[in-house]
Order: sequence, then C-alpha cells, then structure tokens
Amino acid sequence: MSAITLEAVANASHSPQSQALEDVVVRFAGDSGDGMQLTGSNFTEVTALFGNDLATFPDFPAEIRAPAGSTFGVSAFQIYFGSEDITTSGDAVDVLVAMNPAALTTNLETVVPGGLVIADAGAFNEKNLKKANYDSNPLEDGSLDAYRLLTIDIHSQVLAAVEEFELGHKAALRCKNMWTLGLVLWLFDREKDTTIENLQKKFAGKPEIANANIAALNAGHAYGETAELPTGVNVYKVPKAKVAPGTYRNVNGTQALAWGLIAGGQLADINLLFASYPITPASGLLHALAARKEFDVTTFQAEDEIAAVCAAIGASFAGSLGITSSAGPGIALKTEAISLAVSAELPLVVVNTQRGGPSTGLPTKTEQSDLLQAFYGRHGDTPLPVIASSSPSDCFEVAIEAVRLATKYMTPVMLLSDGYISNASEPWLIPDIKDFASFPVEFLTDPEGFNPSLRDSDTLARVWAKPGTPGLEHRIGGIEKSYETGNISYDPDNHQLMTDTRLAKVAGISADIPEQEVALGENKGKLAVVGWGSTFGPIHQAVKRCRLEGLDVSHVHVRYLSPFPANLKALLSGFEKVLIPEMNTGQLVKILRSEFLIDAKGLNKVSGQPFKIREISNAIKAELA
Amino acid sequence: MNQAVDKLTVADYSSDQEVRWCPGCGDYAILKTIQKLMPELDKPRENHVFISGIGCSSRFPYYMNTYGFHTIHGRAPSVATGVKLANPALDVWVITGDGDALSIGGNHTMHALRRNVDLNILLFNNEIYGLTKGQYSPTSKVGTRSPSTPEGSIDRPLSPGAIALGAGAPFVARSIDTEMKHLSAIIKEGYLHKGASFVEILQNCPIYNDGIFEQVKDKKIAADFRIEVEHGQPLLFGKDSNKGLRLNRESLELEVVTLGNNAALEEILIHDKTNITQANLLAAMQGPQFPIAVGILYHNPVTAYVTDLEQQRLVLRETRGKGKLEDLLNSGHIWEIK
Repeated sequence: MSAITLEAVANASHSPQSQALEDVVVRFAGDSGDGMQLTGSNFTEVTALFGNDLATFPDFPAEIRAPAGSTFGVSAFQIYFGSEDITTSGDAVDVLVAMNPAALTTNLETVVPGGLVIADAGAFNEKNLKKANYDSNPLEDGSLDAYRLLTIDIHSQVLAAVEEFELGHKAALRCKNMWTLGLVLWLFDREKDTTIENLQKKFAGKPEIANANIAALNAGHAYGETAELPTGVNVYKVPKAKVAPGTYRNVNGTQALAWGLIAGGQLADINLLFASYPITPASGLLHALAARKEFDVTTFQAEDEIAAVCAAIGASFAGSLGITSSAGPGIALKTEAISLAVSAELPLVVVNTQRGGPSTGLPTKTEQSDLLQAFYGRHGDTPLPVIASSSPSDCFEVAIEAVRLATKYMTPVMLLSDGYISNASEPWLIPDIKDFASFPVEFLTDPEGFNPSLRDSDTLARVWAKPGTPGLEHRIGGIEKSYETGNISYDPDNHQLMTDTRLAKVAGISADIPEQEVALGENKGKLAVVGWGSTFGPIHQAVKRCRLEGLDVSHVHVRYLSPFPANLKALLSGFEKVLIPEMNTGQLVKILRSEFLIDAKGLNKVSGQPFKIREISNAIKAELA
Repeated sequence: MNQAVDKLTVADYSSDQEVRWCPGCGDYAILKTIQKLMPELDKPRENHVFISGIGCSSRFPYYMNTYGFHTIHGRAPSVATGVKLANPALDVWVITGDGDALSIGGNHTMHALRRNVDLNILLFNNEIYGLTKGQYSPTSKVGTRSPSTPEGSIDRPLSPGAIALGAGAPFVARSIDTEMKHLSAIIKEGYLHKGASFVEILQNCPIYNDGIFEQVKDKKIAADFRIEVEHGQPLLFGKDSNKGLRLNRESLELEVVTLGNNAALEEILIHDKTNITQANLLAAMQGPQFPIAVGILYHNPVTAYVTDLEQQRLVLRETRGKGKLEDLLNSGHIWEIK
C-alpha cells in the first residue's frame, strides 16, 4: 500500500517528468515456465543495490510444470520496496505484470484501483483466454477501466529483439521475461548492469542465450524510453531508504538459517551433521548446507524422515551436533525419535519450515499451524525449547541460539520457520561473527567418578561423554534411567524425579534468554499485539501506522516460545487487551491463555498467504474502538 | 597389536548390569561369543559402539562394557549411520532382531546396506517377537501359531540374507547362536570387512519358538540339514559329505545331488563368495528340501560410504580451502551504505 499511490501521481501530473514515490509494490506474474522468479530476484537485487529497503514474496504453485496457460500454473513474485523501513512484502499491488490471461485473472484482485497493469497482449489469444475462463479479451472489453493498462505485444517485441541470434521461436520467446524486466527497470529508473552481469554468469556456457537475453533486456528498457506510452506511465523514483551504515546483502530465510547453523557450529566449536529428507518447503536448507562442505558440516540425505532424525541423534551421541529439518508432516514422523533425544538428553536441532496443513495441505504456501505440535506433539512428558525466527535475516541469529541451547542444555531444540520466511528475501546488514559470544562445548574426559547421569548443577544438563574417550564407556537409551547411576531403573520415585528434572531443565532456560522487550510502543497500555514468527512484518507495520494515528498499541514479538521469557507474563498483564494474530486457528493464544490466565484474543488467518497490514490494523482499530 | 587390548578378557567386556534374558535364551551364547572375540579385534575398548533398536536382542548393549546406545524400534541402523558419519574412526555395531530389522526397521536396514556404511550388523533371527510376548515375525514360517495368529500365520516369511543381498550388501553371512567357534569366526570376518557387513544369527527362543532351528543345530542330524559354505570349496554336506549342490543349467536352480548316485564331484558347484548369483541361490535355500547355508555367503568389497564422503570433502577442501564464514557471508552481491 503506497503512501503516495501511482494513481495519485498519475492524476496529479501529465508531464513526462519522473515522479517520486515513498514506496511501491510490484508483482510479476506469469506461467510457471515464464521465469517470473528469476525476473523478480533480478529486480530485487537491482533494487537493493540502489539502496531501497525491501521485502519480497515468491508465490509459486506446487506443480513443477503445470500445463501452460492454466490458472493453477501461475507463478508470481512480489516485491515491496521504498524509502522507509519495509517489513512485509506489501498488501496491495501498485504494478502488476501479467504475462498471460491466467496471471491476470488470478492476481488482479490484489491490485489497487488505479494501479498499473502491464500485460503481454501477445499471450492474450483465444486459447489462453479460454484457459483463464475469459469470455472476451479483458485488454479490449473495458473490464480493466479501473486500472491503468499498458498493453504491449511482448511476444512480437521479443522475437524482433532477438531475431539476430536465430534461437528458434520457442527459445526466443523464453527471453520475454528479460524484455519485461528491462521495461520495469526503466519504469523505476534502475540500472541494467547488474542484471546483464548475472545473465552473463548464468549462461556462461551458452553465450548466444546470454546475449539474446541481454538484447531482450535492452530492448524492453529502450521501449520504455522511446515508445509513446499512455498518459501517467512514466519513470517513477523511489528514493533510497535511510538505513544503518555498513555492508549489506540480500538474504532469504533458507540462506540465513544455513549460515546461522554453520556460525553456531563454529561458536560451539563442534562439527555439524545435517540429516534430512526432501520435503517442500524445507529442502532448500539441505541444498544450502550440502553446498558448504568446506565448513565443518556433513550433510546426509536419509531414506526417510525418521532415519534423518535418528542419524542426527547418532551423530550427537558420537560428539557432533545432529541437526534435522523438515516441514510439519515430516516432523510428525520424527517425533518418536525426538522423544528419545529428550530421554537420552542429547543435543539436537530440529528445524520445522512450516507449510499449510493438515496432511499434504498447501506445500508451497505458508502457515504457522505447527506451534502446538512443537509444544506438545510427542508422546510422554517431553518438554523441549521452542524458538521461532521472525524474518529471513532473523534466521541467522535464531539458528545460533538453537545451537547454543541444544549444546548447553543437552536437549533437542525446535526451531520454527515457515514457507514465507524460507523463500522471502530482504537486505541484511552482514553481521560480524566476532560480535557473537562463543559457547564452546565441553566433552568429559575424566573417568574419576564418572557415570552418564552426572549433570551440571546450574543448567541440569547431563554430561556429554563421547565414544572414543578412554574410561568413559557407558550405555544410554530410551528406557528410564536412574537419576543417580544412569542405569535402567523402573523405580516409581525415580521416574517422578527424572520427569521433574527434564521439566526443570527446560524451564530453567528462561533465566538464560533475554527478557521480553516491546518491539514497538510502550511497556503498558491499552493493547498489546503479540506475535511470533513471520507475522512480525505485518504486525510491526500495522502497529506503527496505528500509533501514527495516535492509538495506544504496542507490538510484542516473542522469539522464545518455550520456555517463555521470565517477564512475559508481567509484561502482558500491563496491557488491558492482548491481540494475537497468527496464521493458524489460534495456537499461541491457547498457550498464553492457559499459561498466564489472560484474556488474549486471536486474529487468525489460514489462506496460505501472509497477513496484510490492513487486516491487522483494522483489527487493532476494532479492539480500541 | 595393541598390548592393552591383548590383555583384556571376557570380564573386561562385561558391564556391571545383570543380564535379563530368559534362561536358555540363545542371546546368552551370542553375548559370550562377542565378549570373547572383542580382545582379538585389536582395538581399544572405547572404540567400540553397540547400537540397538527394540526387542530382546536390543538389550545387548547394556551388557557390553563398551559404548552403547539402546535406541528405538527399528532405527538402530540410522542412529549407527549418524555415529559413523560423526566419527568414522569408531567401530560401530548394530544389534538387531528379525522384527526390529526386517519389519519396523526394514527401510533402514535396506538403506544402510545399500549405502554401504561401515557397520557390523548382527541380526538375531529367532523368527518370533519375544519381548512383546510371542507374536509371529516377518521371518516366521507359514502356519506359525501365535497370540496374533491363533489359526497359524498366513503370510510368507522373507529370507534375511536374500533381503541383504537384494539391498546390495557387500558382506552377507549366516551363523548359529550356540556354534561359538563358527559364529566368532564369521563375526570377525564381518568386522574386518571395510563396509557394511550383515550377519544373520539363527537364535533359539526357548519361550515362544523353542527348537525352531533344531534340525540345523542338533549335532546328530545337523549335517544333513545345513551346509557350511567355504570359498573355493565344493558345496558338499551330509553326514558322509556325500551330498552336494549342483546348478541345473536349464532352470538355473540349485538341486541336491548325491555323489556316486546321481552326480560326480566335478558337477558340484564350487563356492565363490564373490558371485552374487550364487549367493542369492544359497541365501534363498529353505529346509527341509534344501540344507540351510551357513558361513560367508557373499563377500565382495566396494568402497565404503564414509570413505567416499571423506574423499569428496578432501577434494573440495583442496579446491576451496577451509571455509571462512566471513567470506561466505560477504559472497555474491554486497553493497556499502555509508
């Protein structure tokens, strides 16, 4: 939602001069095979290099190659960029690029009235219109009158632009995404150099493809400069954001999480074994770490989810840190083994990149519906720490925390991310690893008085004696163990003591995590909007905007979900009302109500799409009305 | 030879835990055999790690004074794979049973063998579920009466050896719980083999499946019901060593023949442990029409998983050098904001 909409600019000015905008949302939509993700990521890079703050949201179908022209095969990439801080990928679209009728019909309702729709007339033929259920051509029948329409036969433009390369009709048409990108780069007054460099790199082995794409990009850009465009379509300038000085890069949640795990391993001075089984949208983490064998990380693609978590547990027993990763259905399969790690008191990091459920659900869409699973989804009384990342870049720190807690407390840690965070990207002030305190693990080596049940009196963490150490031979397992000796024990009192100890160990972590702070606003007042995970962005913007309107509302973002920070209850009791937006049917709200006996209220959405800022600000206003 | 290891005895490999198998259980004999074998293996005690799943046999690690991990049902091969990946220098053993390895954990057994992770997998096959009180198992013979099959089981059993060979195991052998000398030699060969080794141990359950292997164990009659295979030797068996296995070249099946009756010595198949086809035929043999094959059925080493893995890493480290986090974070497009 632009502070100054394109519509306003268009109405205010008929001059060809460029116009300034605070922020803008662009959505590229086309067929799965149209290269929209590549177009979007290139535009993102250029935008970030220019100095805008931004957030992106790739939105693609589960089908790898859906039939061409079908509505369920539409792949989209949204970017929100501006000169203010940006924490969401934007509510409503200012500029929609629709590469075919299916892309138009599935995305039009996201466009603001008066927004700019760029459509490839070359794809609006009878066949494609029929596939998108259009009876008549929307580019010609006046149904798009509420928008400003820029209709270009990109098909013909591209074929002409790359003719000299003699690629053949099909290959030539593949360049149309770059032609379109060229036009959009022109529209926002951006340089082409970075994209040209990327294309040269991407097609290093195929110079004729690289050159054709570059020619298409240049042609699209030149089209903007030279063609007679409709009134109000001209160059828009989005000034640079005021951001902290330093070195930046773009990062998505998958990258940041992978790098955070590597960093955590270094801070703990321990090797990592990352064992996983492919599942959308979590597989990216396996790919990211598999490509980084120059670090002390071994990756293992197991035969199934259970084997993956069990291999990770075996690695932890042997003195590495085992990490496993999946999405909800895979986590469900791992739970028996996670309980073993709780019982055996071995470190383990379990990453859940949540997706729409239940069952196969919406594999490529985002949701936060595995929180109760993370808390309670195991047999027996099996407490373990749960933490969640709030944004792509936040994954880096959260991953380090997961490694710290797992190794320090000899416990599995559940790290919750989601499909949005893993794919979305944002600029990131590159951290200096020297700024992080190290937490080297200690392996026991002294046989004097050893037994495997010895524990640290402060943290209650069990000792870590790894195989290969002389004199510390011992046996552990899933059967209940004597608190005193570590040997099998069926003693009733001992089971009570061990259950209490496991609970106390995890509960004690609340003294070892930062106190809960308010992300925005006052420490007490009328309304606290409490969030966790990827709802951070839209909640933050909604609270910010409501506060600008004078409303008494604060934003509390909970990273540490189990145990909660020690002061969370006291903090929340300072507010008259508590509102909890979640992409589920009300999970954190259930926990907070039961733990703290507070009358928290949920705001729930399970459409597979992130919250829009206005959905939350409307709820805030309703609460404070 | 490590002197310290040389001096160790059975007692040094026995933990202080009371053994709690039923009296007469074949597991006692296997435990004793392995405890006796340990000092011969030229490795310090702390180097051995025994990983088990769930079942009677899976209590095994508690009784070994080595490192041990009693995990969850069926998953021992996966946990053991993690141990080996984390520290390839360790000697990792998997102790499992027919239900653990072939029913709930069939997938993991198959993939540990396929990957050729350097694990010593010992499958105690008693053709029954003991710990859960006597239900039939995936190796139980058709017609096995059990609490869950009161009219007799109707599903056909699988052959552990055939499964292992089918999964690509490079070392597949079979032995018998109470035949200490044979069992010890087989386990040692499996241990010395670099890569996954799979040893099926026919093990008597005196409570729920007593005497199931009596024909191959009873000294009086065993010679006629089992064949001890030895690489390079003709496949002969019987009290007078006058029975043998011949390959029917028409049907490509084995047939039992009698020397001097319907076959000459030259017609008897010579055991070649590197021949997968022969190993498959031997592993699949079932009594009473065929003798049960014991010994090393197949042994054909291929590079172990962890060796290849380390090689990949080595090559990568040579080209990329040791990873520097700072370089990684600053890779790709970065920009300065002043």
